[in-house]
Amino acid sequence: MDVLYFAWVRERIGLPKERIDSDAATVADLVDELRAREDRYAAAFADLTALRVAVDQQLSDFDAPLSGVREVAFFPPMTGG
Amino acid sequence: MRVAVQEAPFDLGAEVAGFADGCGGMGAVVSFTGIVRDRPGSGLQAMEIEHYPGMTEAALTRIAQEAQARWSLGDVLVIHRFGRLAPGETIMMVATAARHRKDAFEAAEYLMDYLKSRAPFWKKEIARDGAEWVAARDEDEAALDRW
Repeated sequence: MDVLYFAWVRERIGLPKERIDSDAATVADLVDELRAREDRYAAAFADLTALRVAVDQQLSDFDAPLSGVREVAFFPPMTGG
Repeated sequence: MRVAVQEAPFDLGAEVAGFADGCGGMGAVVSFTGIVRDRPGSGLQAMEIEHYPGMTEAALTRIAQEAQARWSLGDVLVIHRFGRLAPGETIMMVATAARHRKDAFEAAEYLMDYLKSRAPFWKKEIARDGAEWVAARDEDEAALDRW
């Protein structure tokens, strides 16, 4: 699946988008996998209350299933308007 | 209904006039415009707005459709810019048309409340002494509860 990062999450991880082959069952499982990769991921995902997630471009929750999902995005709370 | 996500500036006067012209039979047009604040002494040089292409357009369309479902509206317009904006530049606008002003005002407030916290935009303030992401405010999230 494609994993996208926006705003300070993108800056902390150092890239806007990457392709990840994962068997993670849920968003939370994917986060655990990413955290274990490198310090920059652990830093970006240190506090999940500071993050929001979209699954296939729909705002979602960290317990959302990833079966059949093409795109997951992580970002801070939105500041539109 | 029209939703536009664009980097280019827009002509506020022309947009509002064009919107009102297209709303024959409506008695009320309300518009709101967001502008990059110019705080004297802040050293703010620019506002950088990032967004999530694809999701942004879908989220704005959904918010506008929800407003149309809740209030009796003739039309809705949402324009939101992204990219690098200078203080004083127009960031975004919403306009609503209705037969009566209450629907137009309430729907415009609803659009703004949801745009703030449910449309995937992120703002970064670029100042002389550094850059900082604008944090979401608790009161913006709380504002959704009234709807």
